[in-house]
Amino acid sequence: MVEPQHLVVAPILLPLATAAVMLLLGEGRRPLKAALNLLSTLAGLIIAVALLVSVAQQDAPAAFGVYAAGNWPVPFGIVLVADTLAAGLAVLTGCVGLASLCFALARWQHAGVYYHALFQLQLMGLYGAFLTADLFNLFVFFEVLLAASYGLLLHGGGTQRVRAGLHYISINLVASLLFLIGIAVLYGVTGTLNMADIAAKLPLVPDGDRGLLHAGAAILAIAFLAKAGLWPLNFWLTPAYAAASAPSAAMFAMLTKVGVYAVLRLWSLCFPADAGASALFGGEALLVGGLATLAFGAAGMLASQQLSRLAGYAVISSSGTLVAAMSFANPALTGSALYYLATSTLACCALYLLVELLARAKQIEVGPPQVDDGQKSLPAFVPNEPPPDTNLDDNRIAIVGRAIPGAVVFMGLAFAVTALVVAGFPPLSGFVAKLAMLSALIDLETGAAWLFFSLLIFSGLAAAIALVRNGISHFWTTQDHPAPHLSTLEVLPVMALVAVMMLLVAVAEPALSYTQTIAESLAQPQLYIDAVMRVTPK
Amino acid sequence: MEVVISLAIGVMASAGVWLVLRPRSFQVLIGLVLLSYAVNLFIFSVGSLSVASEPILKPGVPADLANYTDPLPQALVLTAIVIGFATTALYLVVILALRGLSGGDHVDGEEERP
Repeated sequence: MVEPQHLVVAPILLPLATAAVMLLLGEGRRPLKAALNLLSTLAGLIIAVALLVSVAQQDAPAAFGVYAAGNWPVPFGIVLVADTLAAGLAVLTGCVGLASLCFALARWQHAGVYYHALFQLQLMGLYGAFLTADLFNLFVFFEVLLAASYGLLLHGGGTQRVRAGLHYISINLVASLLFLIGIAVLYGVTGTLNMADIAAKLPLVPDGDRGLLHAGAAILAIAFLAKAGLWPLNFWLTPAYAAASAPSAAMFAMLTKVGVYAVLRLWSLCFPADAGASALFGGEALLVGGLATLAFGAAGMLASQQLSRLAGYAVISSSGTLVAAMSFANPALTGSALYYLATSTLACCALYLLVELLARAKQIEVGPPQVDDGQKSLPAFVPNEPPPDTNLDDNRIAIVGRAIPGAVVFMGLAFAVTALVVAGFPPLSGFVAKLAMLSALIDLETGAAWLFFSLLIFSGLAAAIALVRNGISHFWTTQDHPAPHLSTLEVLPVMALVAVMMLLVAVAEPALSYTQTIAESLAQPQLYIDAVMRVTPK
Repeated sequence: MEVVISLAIGVMASAGVWLVLRPRSFQVLIGLVLLSYAVNLFIFSVGSLSVASEPILKPGVPADLANYTDPLPQALVLTAIVIGFATTALYLVVILALRGLSGGDHVDGEEERP
């Protein structure tokens, strides 16, 4: 009988085991691997939801599922912790992963042999990074998810991908080295790698070592912020994500959030407002970096010609918003920002999936050659022969009574919903998130808050202008080519993402109160420290 | 001892940073390797340097850093070496792929135009 506490380690073990089985299956048997992958991803999502339910049922905000791996006593062994934040992000990972995988099953899985194994390892890295409570273990999961993302970025091949991949790998290798330096310094100062233990020992650090501690924390933060895409460490992001295949790029929308998560977790744990000499260390840097990233993302969206690059800047602008919001260390603002994290990640994921469908509508070759079996595609209504005496356009086709193909209607609606969420316009979840953040900012009444307030509104406007311009060029210009063939497997994930974004509006009240609980528990690091430190081996 | 280690880390790190900033992909690779050596030595050095001491407890000797060396940085370095080795090998493959696709060894896949 599996005890409920083992649920915490399940999201990591399941993809690991699945990936191992897939490697043993060799290079063929693609349908079996696809089925395994789908089952495992679905099971991962269900486990994540179960984790979320189990922490949500406990007394807020002190709700933790702690798992001592190998049953070692706490400061010495590796500990996994599922708190409200980690469980929420794990559910988000499951949603994004399922959508991306479903999309890939239509076409992209055929572009390489090890797609399914890499995908599972990517999920393992993501779940692990969110659940671990050990600094070096966090590094290991970062490397797992990065190594898998290198493979997924290069999936499909081609000069463009390899060139972007080379830059992406170089940047991430250097960032990993900085990560190691930061870990080493923190270990040298505190003598432990357990995140809760580090936080508990920080007040005891002598004043002579405090400079070293701050330097180590800053180096560690640079490694995370490079991953999160904070300006000026984000020039790799747009070309790399634009070069990646659509399902991989959709998955990568989640990767930047790992960097944001790591900063949020460690910063709130180690440098809370009552930490004495180290109180809110680096808060100004986070604020300035976040605001600059937000402005950079907005300008980049306005300057983008291609939708894939625009989506990259939307990811950057979302990271900037999150980092700037968390730098205020205000629970109301952080709670709203976490709701924004969920909605913007889903929107960016949907946007990357739509990029490929729209590019296909323009008949640019972006994928492997299509197998047209005529069964799985949506109906495309071909205009009938016009009756005499009708008003004809230049191509001798009737202007009135022309049916819009179903595929175009679907893409148009999905694009409109996604654009509304990215820009934060009513009535969708992006608006709810921005409104919650803006109202929290009004209460702060500081100069920095007003600057952030105006930048948020400006970036929404910039996103709206850029997306509307892009939508016009895709949907409202004359198109001579026939409507694209979309397979059900490609339509389904986009529809599901749109549905989840709609659902987030319908359940905005409980969702916001849940993210508020997360923010409150982050504001009291002692709860996390106590929950981890009181675990005893059985 | 401290001076030698510091010099080794400093020289390798500076050479690594210089090489990483070069435009040829092989130079970047060697730079990354040197940087990872420097970082590994650095991790090793945070566990307090000592000569001829071991990380295994002996009966009758008090367990502190005066008598033993810290085993944890050694474990960390080992993990970091393995991970660094794997990612470097992957990087080498990508370099070769870019070399084949672009016909040059510039990191951008094309020479800078004058």
